[in-house]
Amino acid sequence: MMDVAKKRQLSRIKTLLSVIFLLLLLWGSGYRTQVSFQDLFSGIPNIFSALADMLPPDWGYFDYVTGPMLETIRIAILGTTFGGILSIPIILLSSRNVTRSPFLFYPARFILNLIRTIPELLLAALFVPIFGIGPAAGICAITVFSLGIIAKLAYEAVEAIDPGPLEAMTAVGANKIQWVFFGVVPQVAAHFMSYFLYAFEINVRAAVILGYVGAGGIGIILNNMLASFQYNRVITIILYTLIVVAIIEFISNKIREKLL
Amino acid sequence: MIEFKGVTKIYPNGTVGLKNINLKINKGEFVVIVGLSGAGKSTLLRSINRLHEITEGEIFIDGESITAARGKKLLQMRRDIGMIFQNFNLVKRSSVLRNVLSGRVGYHSTLRTLLGLWPKEDIRLALEALERVNIRDKAYARADELSGGQQQRVSIARALAQQAKIILADEPVASLDPLTTRQVMDDLKRINEELGITTIVNLHFIDLARQYAQRIIGVRAGEIVFDGPVEAATDAVFAEIYGRPIKEDELLEAQK
Repeated sequence: MMDVAKKRQLSRIKTLLSVIFLLLLLWGSGYRTQVSFQDLFSGIPNIFSALADMLPPDWGYFDYVTGPMLETIRIAILGTTFGGILSIPIILLSSRNVTRSPFLFYPARFILNLIRTIPELLLAALFVPIFGIGPAAGICAITVFSLGIIAKLAYEAVEAIDPGPLEAMTAVGANKIQWVFFGVVPQVAAHFMSYFLYAFEINVRAAVILGYVGAGGIGIILNNMLASFQYNRVITIILYTLIVVAIIEFISNKIREKLL
Repeated sequence: MIEFKGVTKIYPNGTVGLKNINLKINKGEFVVIVGLSGAGKSTLLRSINRLHEITEGEIFIDGESITAARGKKLLQMRRDIGMIFQNFNLVKRSSVLRNVLSGRVGYHSTLRTLLGLWPKEDIRLALEALERVNIRDKAYARADELSGGQQQRVSIARALAQQAKIILADEPVASLDPLTTRQVMDDLKRINEELGITTIVNLHFIDLARQYAQRIIGVRAGEIVFDGPVEAATDAVFAEIYGRPIKEDELLEAQK
């Protein structure tokens, strides 16, 4: 009986300490970044004045930004496609049930995790000095970024497949490539396509921002308009992006529902 | 002919799977292996096509050692051995025909099989195999649209398309109901008789073993404790194999 009471007391102290720690972390972060609620409240009128500046949207500007918007989508399409293709060997190498040898799948996963730690904007900033300002750097950034997403999700799907057909393919005397193609691929093809489309959705949004570091697309114009206080054009770009992203997500979701 | 010479299997955790097995199975025989679950039936069967590796001894198939076979040679030897599993092991999302054709991969180049460029002869062979198990009309259905019994027949057709000389069936009817059990066993028996394919089946139903087998091999704790024609396998023999009298649930009849 004594023990139970002691345990309860101990767990209460644990909870209390956790809460104190979290509050300290929150307060510390706020203090160091100089957040103040006063600024937040005094800034409220600015929200309305900024909104007033944005309205009405510059409708004629739609026409002008269509070109850069299409470029953004093209960057996403090419980047996702290259990333998807390059992810295939990484997926197979990372999957314990395909590769079997820990000397292969651990390094493959390590590389994969390394890739995933780099945010796409940083990737773009790395590629701009290599390929110069323009969409090529953006495509490379999106390629590496989507490789990370697709490979991570897909290798987990590969590890969850039914091992039965794999055993059957071993028994019929299939070589390793045939074994993968007949045993693994049909079981994960739909998952792979679904993750591919999911990565594409994320990439369209990511590609909008890439222009900030000079990696092509609509971002650079957005940046210029913000810098020159042309808020009625900024809102046009934001609305345009919203519509395009919504349409792409709607279509992609419909296809993914059909796939799985 | 399949020949085991002093075959022993010890699992990494020290469990003895097979203990000094010496065994000859002749061409065209229909052999049923019986024994309690965990007795080593499955290990014995799977060591033949090296789905399980053995620790000691050697296994010969038509005079050639599969134990020593490496690389391409091993794949070729496996190609000639069809295997039927308790859970069918079909790719559920693929068509029946594609599942059957997957038995043909060992006959063609990798590229040809990946592109799906099957020779007409192969398609004919696959359809003929389906015909033999009476499900030719399902050739273009997805495998998961079929009932359990039909799926097991697809896997038999896969072994037939493989033009296997030996069929290994590991508890082929354990996931089926009594009626489809008989249909699948009838198919196996008929194929054995018509095509002369050596057939080795693991079963745990004693009456089923008696009804279909020519020869019964009893396994207990990794050792062969009985090997003889079906007529010699009396109730007393089964009690010896099982280490206790036969129970009701070891008879298929009792399941109805």
